[in-house]
Amino acid sequence: MKELSLNILDIAENSVKAGATLTEITVEEADSRLVLTIKDDGCGMTEEILKSVTDPFYTTRTTRKVGMGIPLLKLAAEQTGGSLQIDSRCEKDYPENHGTALRAEFNKNHIDMTPLGDVISSVSTLIQGHPDTDFLFKHTFGDKTVLLDTRELKAVLGDVPLNSYEVIKWIEEYLKEQYSL
Amino acid sequence: MKSLAELQAIKDKMKDKVILREGVNDIRIVVGMATCGIAAGARPVLNTLVEEVNKEGLSDKVTVSQTGCIGLCQLEPIVEVFEAGKDKVTYVKMTSEKAKRVVEEHLKGGKVVNEYTVAGHKE
Repeated sequence: MKELSLNILDIAENSVKAGATLTEITVEEADSRLVLTIKDDGCGMTEEILKSVTDPFYTTRTTRKVGMGIPLLKLAAEQTGGSLQIDSRCEKDYPENHGTALRAEFNKNHIDMTPLGDVISSVSTLIQGHPDTDFLFKHTFGDKTVLLDTRELKAVLGDVPLNSYEVIKWIEEYLKEQYSL
Repeated sequence: MKSLAELQAIKDKMKDKVILREGVNDIRIVVGMATCGIAAGARPVLNTLVEEVNKEGLSDKVTVSQTGCIGLCQLEPIVEVFEAGKDKVTYVKMTSEKAKRVVEEHLKGGKVVNEYTVAGHKE
């Protein structure tokens, strides 16, 4: 992956496939650290599956949807001296409080740091493909915070789908403006 | 300054359109957005398709959507075109430039761009 934003898009797709109603994506940059978290309220994973998701050669039908995505992000984090951690609660064991939370930490100053890239495009692509689920995107750096919550947009839009062309363009402009302020 | 009030205006503008649109989208164009597709460059291909379909005024006729791994990872980015009563067309190794041509010639003009299809592409 040439940009971390592509990893974000890829991993968030897993959350959607896990049946998440809300996927929270946060990027926190402070000093030399970049911390990415992707948290969902999807079906979660059993401990057994969780142990094997970072192994690119672990392939069974049940985990086919995971594949290379997590190993690639783990590699991107570890090659900067960072780390990747995943916690998950399987729906079967936690019927009320299930989901998956991923946290990846990067050393931004490392020579092998993958650039964050075009996060706006990743967020708008996620919304374009999955207008019925909700996304919360939050990026903090310096004293700035860029924020988008599709639940707020839906409250205004009612039955107008989030992936209408006009709405997607508005979302892109809305984020662009927050980055440029 | 972008505000939520602008979304309200978009909603009001689209109200009539939504009713009009129902059931008329007879072409579905699908982009593979699994790890293999994303790594190969599916994101700009998808965004170009969304952009061009709107620009050419085809949004009443064409729906652009996303799917997972199609099973031909080495040929990603892959774009499939489903049209009622016609065979599925699979375009491989797509780029934004190729996507523009597919919108222009296939979706708008009705003529399949054979050299980009899985059968017609050259290594």
